[in-house]
Formats: sequence, C-alpha cells, structure tokens
Amino acid sequence: MTTTPTRTRPSASRTRGGIGESVGRPDGVPKVKGEFEYSSDLHVEGMLWGATLRSPHPHANIRSIYTSDAEAMAGVFAVLTHEDVPGRKVYGMEIPDQPVLAWEKVRYQGEAVALVAADHPETARLALGKIRVDYEVLEPVTDAETAMSEDAPKLHLSGNELRRVDVRHGDPEAAAEVVVEGEYEVGMQDQAFLGPESGLAIPDGEGGVDLYISTQWLHVDQDQVAESLDLPPEMVRLTLSGVGGAFGGREDLSMQIHACMLALHTSRPVKMVYGREESFHGHVHRHPAKMRYEHGATRDGKLTYVKANLIFDGGAYASSSNAVCLNAATFACGPYDVPNARIESHMLYTNNPPCGAMRGFGAVQVCFAHEAQMDKLAEKLGMDPVDLRLKNAIEPGMKFPFGQEVPYPAPVREILGRVREIPMPDEQEAMGRDLRELPGGVSNTTHGEGVRRGVGYAVGFKNIGFSAGFDDYSTARISLSIEDGEPVVRVYTAAAEVGQGLVMVQAQIARTELGVENVVVEAADTRTGSAGSTSASRQSYVTGAAVKEACEKVRERIFELVRDEFGESDELAIEDGNIISDGREIAPLMEILDDGEISEIVEFHHRATHPLDENGQGDAHFQFAFAAHRAVVEVDVELGLVRVVEIATTQDVGKVINPKALEGQIEGGIAQGLGLALMEEIRIQDGEIQNASFTDYLIPTILDMPPVKMEILELADPEAPYGLKGVGEPPTIASTPAIVAALRNATAMELGRIPVRPEHIIGIPKKPPDELPQPESSRYSGIGRLEDRRET
Amino acid sequence: MKLRLMVNGESRETEVREGESLLYVLRERLGLFGSKNACEQGECGSCSVYLDGELVCACLVLAGQAEGSEVVTVEGLSEGERLHPVQEAFLEAGAVQCGFCTPGLIVAAHDLLSRNSEPTEAEVREALAGNLCRCTGYEKILTAVQMAAETTP
Repeated sequence: MTTTPTRTRPSASRTRGGIGESVGRPDGVPKVKGEFEYSSDLHVEGMLWGATLRSPHPHANIRSIYTSDAEAMAGVFAVLTHEDVPGRKVYGMEIPDQPVLAWEKVRYQGEAVALVAADHPETARLALGKIRVDYEVLEPVTDAETAMSEDAPKLHLSGNELRRVDVRHGDPEAAAEVVVEGEYEVGMQDQAFLGPESGLAIPDGEGGVDLYISTQWLHVDQDQVAESLDLPPEMVRLTLSGVGGAFGGREDLSMQIHACMLALHTSRPVKMVYGREESFHGHVHRHPAKMRYEHGATRDGKLTYVKANLIFDGGAYASSSNAVCLNAATFACGPYDVPNARIESHMLYTNNPPCGAMRGFGAVQVCFAHEAQMDKLAEKLGMDPVDLRLKNAIEPGMKFPFGQEVPYPAPVREILGRVREIPMPDEQEAMGRDLRELPGGVSNTTHGEGVRRGVGYAVGFKNIGFSAGFDDYSTARISLSIEDGEPVVRVYTAAAEVGQGLVMVQAQIARTELGVENVVVEAADTRTGSAGSTSASRQSYVTGAAVKEACEKVRERIFELVRDEFGESDELAIEDGNIISDGREIAPLMEILDDGEISEIVEFHHRATHPLDENGQGDAHFQFAFAAHRAVVEVDVELGLVRVVEIATTQDVGKVINPKALEGQIEGGIAQGLGLALMEEIRIQDGEIQNASFTDYLIPTILDMPPVKMEILELADPEAPYGLKGVGEPPTIASTPAIVAALRNATAMELGRIPVRPEHIIGIPKKPPDELPQPESSRYSGIGRLEDRRET
Repeated sequence: MKLRLMVNGESRETEVREGESLLYVLRERLGLFGSKNACEQGECGSCSVYLDGELVCACLVLAGQAEGSEVVTVEGLSEGERLHPVQEAFLEAGAVQCGFCTPGLIVAAHDLLSRNSEPTEAEVREALAGNLCRCTGYEKILTAVQMAAETTP
C-alpha cells in the first residue's frame, strides 16, 4: 500500500497506538486461540435448543397448523406459532411487514411458521417434522417484471410496488450524436458470513429477557424484539456476542424474537443456531436487478444524457429495499458529469427470498451497468475507456443528477489516473506454466493453449452512512479513571464489531485524544444509547466522531482541573498519561484525577440529509466515497474458465486510521466483488433456492483470489473526524465491473449478466437447438467445436 | 452411549447421542468451541482438527468413529499463554478479521508447515483451498503462513 500525503491535522498526542498505526486487534489473541466466544458458542447450564419450522412453499395459504404431536414428544418443552406472539405480529426495519411467525399466508420459501424448544438440537429437529401445516399452494410470483403487471396477484395489501424513485434532471428529451444501449442483469448474491445466525436468550425471572446475539445494530433489534414481545425496551436487554462476519446480512432480525419467545415461554435459557442451509433462508440477500440503459454522448466523448430503467426484486418483504431503491436511483449515472438524466428505479415485492442489505447496496448493481455502458461508449467512439471516464469525471462543485452539489473531495479523475499508472503484472508465458496458475487450476485441461489475457477498468462511488432524512447518530460514553495506579480509558458504545476492526479504531481514537495508552473498549450492549448500524461504511465516521467528541469533553474537564490547580494558561496536552504545558510535563494524570473518574457521554449526529422530491432531487447523502479498480484476467476461451491475475485499486479514504485493517477491508471487499463477477449467485427456480449450501453456492477460495496492488489517497473530508471516509463498501463496488470489463477485453463477448459463468464466456446458447444434429447432418462433425457452440 | 478419546493430550469421556458429529461433541459436550460450525458439511474447513495426526473436518466425523482416537484442536496448539508461531503470524500479518475461519485455517496451516516447512505460494494456496474466509480476501492469510514458515523451526 502506498499513500498520498495530503493535509493532515497535527495529532493531539504522540501516545502509542493512536490513529494512523497498524495496532493489533484486542480480540486477536482469543480469536487465534479458539477462545473468542461467538454467538453460536454460548452455553449455560439447563439451556434448551430452539428450532424453526419453515415453509417449503414460496407462496401458499395456511389452512391450519397442528402442533399436538410435536408437543407430546419427550424432550420438547414448547411449540409456538403466530398465536403465541405476545405483541406486534410483524417486524421490519423500515416497514414492519414481515410476520414473526406466518399466519394465513406464506410469501417465500423458508418463511418461519413455528418454533420448537427441546433439550437437544436433534430432538428439536425431529419435533419440527411432527408439526403438520396444511398449506393451500399458490402460484408464486417469481420475478419483478411479472410482479409489475396488472394481473399479477397482489402479495401485500399495498400492492406489489414496494418503492419507486424517479430522478429527472435537465432536458428529458435530450438527443445525442452517439448513442449506446445495453441490458444488464445482476444475480442474487449472498453475504455468506461464516458464523451462522445464532444467539442465547435468558429469561430474567421477572418477565424480561437478556439476549446475547450477533447483529449489526443492537438497538434496532431491541426495538423490534420489544414490540413483538409486548415489553418495554428496558425489559429486553441485548448484548453483542462474537459476530462471525455480517456484510449486511445481520441488519435484519433472524432468530432474535423467536429465541426470546421460547425463553419467556419455557422460563429456560434458549439457544438457537442456524445450520448453513437454514442460514440461506434465514437472512436477506443482495437484490437481483435488471437494468436497461441508454447513454448519449457527443462525438468527442462528452456525455449528453443517461436514461435508465432499473428493476429490483425485493423479494417477499421490505427489509431495507427502500434505501436500496433510492441508492440505485442516485448512483445510476456513475461518478460522471451528466447534464441530462432520466432514471426510473423500481422495487417490487415477489415470492422470492427477501432482499436487503449487502455491502455496497444499490451502488453495486448500477455500477456494473454504468461501467459496462462507458466501455461500450468508448468502443463506439474509438476512445480509450479510461480517457472517456476522465473526460466525464465529476468534480467538486458540480451537481449530481439528483441535484446535490458534489462535495470536496471527489477525486474521480485522480483515482482513475493513478490506477492506470500502477505497474501492470508481468506477462507470463501460458504454455508450460505450473497448472495451478492457469485458469481453472489443476482441474483444467489446458496446458496454456487457448488462454487469453484481458484488462478492464471501472470506477464507482457510494454514500457513507444513512441518507435521505434519516436521523443517523451514535452514542459514546468515555470514562477516564485510575486503576491500579495507571490511567485507564473505558469506551462504552453499542456499536457492533463484526470483524472489520471498529474495536481497534475506537481505542486508537481514545489514545490519540486522551494521551492514555491503556484503553479498554467494553462489550457493546443496549445500556449505552444507540450507535446506529454497523453498515453503510458508517461506524468509523459516526461512532468514531462520538468517541472523539466524548474524549474531547473528558480532556477539557481535565484541563479545567489543571488550570484550577496550576493556574496554567498555556495550551495543554496529554501525552503518555502526563499533562504537558508548553512542551514540558507539569503533572501526571494520576495526580490530577486522584481517585475520581471523569465520564462524558456524547450523541453525535452527522449533518442532516433530506429526502428526494418528486423529481428525485435533494441533498440526500452526506458523504461519498470513491474507488477505482483495474483487473487483469486470463481466460481459457475453450472452457470459459477464468483466472484473475491481479486487481489494482486506488481509493480515497480521507485519512488512514489503521493501515493494516484498511488493507484488510480493501482486499476482503474485492474478494466479494470477484465472487459476484464470477461465481456467486443464489439460484432460484419457481421461488425455490437451488443451492443453499457452500457446496453449491461458491465463494472465492484462496485459489481464486489474486494479489491486490493498492494506492490510497488521503484527501481529508473537512466535516469528518480526522477527515476520514468510510472504507468498507467501495472495494466491492467497482471491482466487479472491472473484472467483467477485462473478460470482455479478452473474449469480445458482451457479458451483460453477472455472475459470468463459463457458458456465457464461450457462448453456449440458453436452450438446446430445436433440431439435434444427426450423424448424417452437416453440423455433426462440428459438435463440440468452439465456433459451433457459439450462439449465432 | 459413552465415548472415550484423547483431546489435546487429555483423556476425556462423555455421554453422546447417536448421530452426533465429532464437532458437536467437541463443542457442546466437551466445551471446546474453538472448532467452528460454519457449514457442517465439509466445505469450509472451519472445524479442521487433527484426528490421529490426520487433518480432518470434525463435522464429517461421526463421534463414534473417534472412539479411542487422539484429537488435537486449535485449543491444543498454544501452550498456555505462549502462542504457536502460526498463531503469532496470523496476528502479526493482520490475517484475522471476524475470526470465524481463523481456528480452522490455523490448524490447516499448522498441518501444512509440519509436512512442508518451506511451501511455495502455490503450495500454500493449494493446501488452504479447503478453508473459506469471507472477510480478508486471503492476502493476509497467505502472508501469515509465509511468515510462520520463516519462524517455525
């Protein structure tokens, strides 16, 4: 990683382990020793195991549910249905439209219908088999376009349109000298976090419950669980347990209400752990999209207009579809100066699995399309694809098509220019190479013949944090005291560490601001106010700012004590636990604090955002992050197998807080982008998931992932703490289209759908030929030949 | 039924129910939660343990098959506070994020280095291809194994 120094503020102290250093994870040692407690590892004496009965049908009426046989089984302590939901029978982050347990109707395969608590997970599983549900199976609505039609069955009382956002900008009838059109499709990606949905609910004996859980947002869980249990929030206390990855898939509830219902019903602790198959049904996925685009430009390559029609499959329930629909509408044109735009973004209910948050949501889908369009336009104009992008790159002070002024920094031109300058990987002779380094690895048949190389570029951007008028904030409490003769800072927030390293960032900020090395980041729970969600790349910014401001308040109180005691008026600082005035130590913190504790709470709200108006115009977002990618691929054009040789990337992060953690975010985000480009898709047929396992849903392995070269820009955002920008999502956005662009470059195939499969690369038609070639027919001798397999 | 086995050098005996996997027994019967339950069908490697010296997915071994065997889990690799060089390297390289894949990867890397003390990059990738990680993109894991190879005697 190389970084570009820009203006940085002087740090408040030189205490070790502050911002800018690759400090280690406080949870690192327990994680490598296998002692870190994830939510699936929780265990208390006398606990029961909960299990969930799910609908086998994507669309059906429920006539009746018989539970007596299951209840009669030895070892079964409870069988619950919708009748046992004490409070609100539905939940949902944006729109409470999803039943806690289905009644009358199921709207997707895998919808929760009943619950069991038993003394062994196997007993619970067997009991599920004894619950009889009488379904009247209905025809499922299995794609968004069908859901839009007038005669499609209405899946919700509000109809099938979940959300629509139109963006109209400039002249809707603008014409152009050069026009390119394209149709693009994105499959349903899964977050595929490794730690399954799980948690432990412990009744408190007084009607309340404590829930230990892996989640992305404790307070939004707490609110929903309390509503459905009909309890005041203070009687539903949540504590974050170890989280085995999230990527958006833990923003919605899974087993939270269920475990609490079973625990309160049985008066026993109840643990629930999903298996992998259940996990595929138990959380939301990335929205599949169909996108039609038309780009108009002048002959010298200036964009004239963009028209786009975006159709997203929201699945059976709303989840965060509203935000995805809005994001897609606002980012549909890419980070370019587009004088005229007409965007329609449609979000539909269907009987497919519910879709919601996944890393980069809304931006990932449209970036695949707008970047493919830019390449297509470049080709038509005879321009270099990067030059075309540079010519149209958006800049601070311009307006996005949704009417918001582009804030500084927006270094689209710079990151594109720089990613092109990163040295290319050496061309390797394909023939005679180690087979593991050829497309397809050892399972390939090529020894180097038929292998072609391609290079592709893409740039993308996304909003950081919650947008469009949402009151997005985080709460932090900082306490400073003397323990065992040493100053110690304790950080209390409800912010979810999901693997990304927020616990390091919080400690680094506290060290920097308070000049105390010993910082303890306490376990997140609902006793501290909401930190908002660990999503939208927002925690380093929002919780980071809350921690920073609370530390500043604590520091100011110390300085007041110092001024009272020493009458110092010079600028004060704290370094390594000592008060510094005018460059000299005047007293150790210990002396100032004595036995006292200084504690401050801050609720940090970022700059207000606003909803879009009816023309899709408004200051909807508060921060934008940009990243550019270059992919180099090798393709076996006979078998359609791909090896990604290298990814190069440039990203503006504002300020590097923890270099190693930043690299980890970038490399990990690129791996997920590669997965979407080449292999990851939940395949659905007639509303039913066909590949709910890691055997059939493929994610990149260490053999699939190439080396990553990166260059980091630090262009400080004047409003953000330390100037930082959220970093988690940008790596996932443009990496996918860069890889597909490289595939097109190698194969000259159109490749309008991701994930790109081998059959797309070699052009096998979707259907078999109407007439099969016979031994005497002229085409017979050509069977299997590449040119004959191509769709004509 | 009763199951007897050696785990991390200690003789253990526990009641098990038919059909329980070695992974279930390690986790829920013996309280060794270091071996992880990510797919429970032998695809992700997060439950990698040694069974009589062989690297296996504990989820694919029926508990009964392990009767009288010697099992070493991730908990058995460090000596008290002293981490194994592979564990040290994972921390040093920044190869740990959510950490759910980490125990399995550490056992698999430990196995690789015990067979091949100086693996090439291709050999590391091949040996760890059965261990899924969703957070890191594997770059730091590769670095960690190479670092461990340098420090492992």
